[in-house]
Formats: sequence, structure tokens, C-alpha cells
Amino acid sequence: MNGSDLTALSIAELQALLRRREISTREVLEKLRDRIAATEPQIDAYLSLDFDEALRQAERADVNLPLGGVPIAIKDIISVAGQPCTCASRILQNYRAPYDATIIRKLREAGAIPFGKTNMDEFAMGASTENSSVKLTRNPWDPSRVPGGSSGGSAAAVAAGTAFGALGTDTGGSIRQPAALSGVVGFKPSYGRVSRFGLVAFASSLDQAGPLTRTVRDAALLLNAIAGPDPRDSTCLNEVVPDYTADLGRDLRGVRLGLPKEYMIEGIAPEVRAAIDQAAAHFTSLGAEIIEVSLPHTEYAIASYYMIACAEASANLARFDGVRFGHRAENPSNLLDHYNRTRAEGFGPEVKRRIILGTYVLSSGYYEAYYARAQKVRTLIRRDFADAFAKVDALISPTSPVPAFPFGERSSDPLQMYLADIFTNAASLAGICGISLPCGFAKTEGGRQLPIGLQLLGKALDEGRILQIAHAYEQSTEWHKQRPPIGETSNAQRPTPNAQR
Amino acid sequence: MSETAELDVAHVAKLARLSLTAEETKLFQAQLGRVLEYARKLRELDVSAVEDAAHAVPIFNLFREDEPRPGLTAEEALANAPRQANGLFVVPKVVE
Repeated sequence: MNGSDLTALSIAELQALLRRREISTREVLEKLRDRIAATEPQIDAYLSLDFDEALRQAERADVNLPLGGVPIAIKDIISVAGQPCTCASRILQNYRAPYDATIIRKLREAGAIPFGKTNMDEFAMGASTENSSVKLTRNPWDPSRVPGGSSGGSAAAVAAGTAFGALGTDTGGSIRQPAALSGVVGFKPSYGRVSRFGLVAFASSLDQAGPLTRTVRDAALLLNAIAGPDPRDSTCLNEVVPDYTADLGRDLRGVRLGLPKEYMIEGIAPEVRAAIDQAAAHFTSLGAEIIEVSLPHTEYAIASYYMIACAEASANLARFDGVRFGHRAENPSNLLDHYNRTRAEGFGPEVKRRIILGTYVLSSGYYEAYYARAQKVRTLIRRDFADAFAKVDALISPTSPVPAFPFGERSSDPLQMYLADIFTNAASLAGICGISLPCGFAKTEGGRQLPIGLQLLGKALDEGRILQIAHAYEQSTEWHKQRPPIGETSNAQRPTPNAQR
Repeated sequence: MSETAELDVAHVAKLARLSLTAEETKLFQAQLGRVLEYARKLRELDVSAVEDAAHAVPIFNLFREDEPRPGLTAEEALANAPRQANGLFVVPKVVE
């Protein structure tokens, strides 16, 4: 088996080789390092790598553990002790995490090896990874296009074969949307299913970490490792974690799937609509029943989401004050000047915009009109889902209305970028779980294939159910076996980051 | 009154302890004006009888034993400090 064949394996396949001693953990890491050296210049998925430390861990790896010897890439918003944790922001440029996030501790206990930190939109604010202050990550399927975001580095690495699996975070779609645009599986757990301790907070009532993988089974394996209560996070639910692989392979007879009629909006690319129609027909052929359902407050989800997310972000990002960690402005004339310039120099344009918006909607005189109203609309959106899940086991929809878009297409207009979240924001507000998996391809004018993502949403803590449904779909289709044409792109035009937007 | 007139980016930037350039102020004023214009649709709904949802999953009053546990050492806590001296964070003078 040559290196790129090995690095294209699923986690489950890799584990089988490791357990049969056909390959060592050290060899896996070396092959992965070679693959990264060969393809990373085309993709730019990583912000930092530490193979020296990973190889030290490989010496002690116990391949019989649930993820024994499996290297996992980590979004650079999740603390890995001793590693940089920059959130792709200048304000955390030199910051190193002093401790492991709970989910990193759990990954290590399961035998996994974190080896690198992936690129992202600064502080997870964006849907294209163009808001990274460091560099652009390119979509492995078409280097002139974005990988999605904010977990774009994690998605691109998994698609490109430079990670067997990765962790990302999803506040309003930031795992599911890049998974869709990069052609991989992305899973957002229910709010409270996974600890947030050690994640740099963006919007605390919405943030959840979850896996990006090449197969549904791999997502279940990673979720098994990271889910569960944490005394260090009081929003983490004190609920038993089932084995999420237990129901994989069960058929879909009797399963009821809801197609929300409000999700069939104008503005969905025709190829995306066709792929979802085809997926619905495929589910029927697998024995599931498709039922039209209504989520009447869908059109208010994006507005509610951005009011709430930005309000929480403006409060969370107040901690970046140049006192205890992070960037500090030189020679301030007084304390106020120290704060004002530290933050002006440290934050990029989208983060500044959201701090301004969040501060505004929380400010005296506007709180009721925007923030409080958005919270009430959030209640209505939660009720919509509760009503729908009384009728069906899961909902199906596109993950993104469009496949991967070209660099710069949406970045000049924040509202256009926000509208890309139409199918993912509502589920985040309701705290339910969701998965995106490959369900087709669109073709570009240049003849390239762009992946299309199918989103399945399940009720809170019903992770096992949507994994089972997603797995049945995946195993009876070929989409997940497609690999991006990496290696043919070496002459591609290198996109230049947008300076000030 | 339009949303754009309500939002005074320069004033909000002061509240947020964030210096903006003249160009940023002008750009954000226009961009966020459009976002707030969009957010106006929230006013179409009658929410007078609806409760707030501050969290997706309301859980309250989680208790645990108040027992000492190991935390970061002073050295670890200071490791990322922009400036430090004598085991303390050094900050600009705040009292004249």
C-alpha cells in the first residue's frame, strides 16, 4: 500500500491494519507527514503541526483502545496542552494552551493522537475560512473555491487525506457546512452532549464541538470518544453516552423522514435541489417514509441567530484585553488606550463587525428590540422542531443552498455570507443534533466536481438515530468513495487574502 | 427612522473598547445597517406571549461538592502574559 492509499483509509480501516500489526502507529504518522508535505502547499489546511510530539505519543500508543494510534487533526479553537491555540487571530498569535480541553483529554484516553491544528475563520466567525488572519484554505475539489467554514481547515484536511479525522466546532453550521462543501461527513452533536471546557468561546449557548470524518462510522467512533458529562462544564448534560456505532447497519423500514417545506426556497442551486430530491427518493427505496413537514419560523432563524450569536460573542471576546494573554498594544497613553488599541490591532474585520453588532443589540434602548426579541423567536423555532419531531424521526434538507463558492464571491458583503447559513442556523438555535454527508456533485464550468451535502437533523440527544439513518444512506451510495483530484492542481493560481473588508 | 440612523458605530465602538479607523467606521456603518435592516423582520412576529430561550437546553442549579482541586500553577498562568514581573501581570498604570 503506498502512502496516499494509506492516508485515504477510514479510521475504522486504519484501526484494522493497526490491530493486525500490519502497520505501526509510527509508520502511520510518517506516511501522514509525507502526505501533508506533498499536498499541504496546495491546500493550506493547517496552522501548526507537531509530529515530534505525536511520534513520542506513538511510542506508547495502545492500538486496542477505541481510537488507539489514530492521528486526529484539531481545529485551532480547541485547547491542546502546549500547542498553539490561535483561533486564526492575531490577538492569539503567540498563545499556547496551558491545558487540554476535556474533549482532547477524552480523545487521548481513547488512544487518539492530536498532531496538528487546523485553519478556520477567525474565532469561528465565517462560512468560508476567508476570515482567517493567517491564510486561505483551498477546497481540495477546486482550489479556486472556499472549503466552507468556519471549520474549513478540518474539512479540507479530511477531504485531502491529510487527516484521518478531525474535530471542529459548530455554532451555526461551522462543522456541517464545510463538511458539505468539502465532501466529507460532519457531525454537530446536540447542545450539551459534548463538553465545551477548553474551547475558546464564541457563542456559549450555541457552541458545540464535533467530528469531521470520511465516513459516518468514523463520526460515530469519534463521538463515542468525546461525548459525555464534564464537571468542568455545567452546560454539559449529565446523560449516559450510548455506543453510537450500535445501530449502524440497521435498516430504514418504518423510519419517517420529514422534508421541511420552508427549506425548498428560491436560491437553492438546481444541482443541490436535484441531489436532495434524489436522496429523498433513495430513502424511500430503502424503506423510509418521506413526509412533508412545516417549520413555520424558518425565515426568522438567521436574524435570530445573528442577534444572539453576536451578542454572546461581544461578551465572550471582552476577555481579550491584553492583560493576561494575547496581543498587547505598545506604549499605551492610559488604560483605555491600552484596551482600544490592543483590540483594534488584534481583531480582524469580521470579528470587529460582530463585536460592534453584539454590543449594539445588548445596549440600552435596543436590547428589547433586538436581543430579547431574538430570544423569544428562538423559543418559537424550538417549538417548530418539537412539533416536527412529533411526526418524524429525522428531518432531511440540503446542508448549504449552494456548493463551494469562489474566493471573494461573498466576502465583500457580510449579509450574503450570513445567508449561506439558512439550513443550519435554526438547528443550532434549537440545540438539536445534525449531520452533513455527501449526496452528489455539481459540475463547474471548468469541468470540476463540487460536492453536495445532505443534512439530517435529529431531536436533542438522538445522535444514534441520525447516525443510523446517515449510515444506511452512505452504505447504499457511492458518493463517499469519491476523492478530490489532488496532485493535478500544482499550477493553480494562488488566491490572495482579502486585506480589509 | 431607519436602522442605519439608529446605529452609531463610532459610539458603540467606544462601548466595546475597540478603536476603529474612519474607513472601518464608515464601512461597518453601511454593512451593519444592512444586517439590521434584515433583522427588522423579527418585528413581524407577535412575541408578546412568548418566553425567552436563553439556552437551547434549559438546565438549572447544577451542584457539585466544593472541594479543592489542582489548577494551573502561577508559572503556567503567567506563561502567556504579555508582560510579567515578580509572579504578577504587569499592566498600565491606572491610578495617578
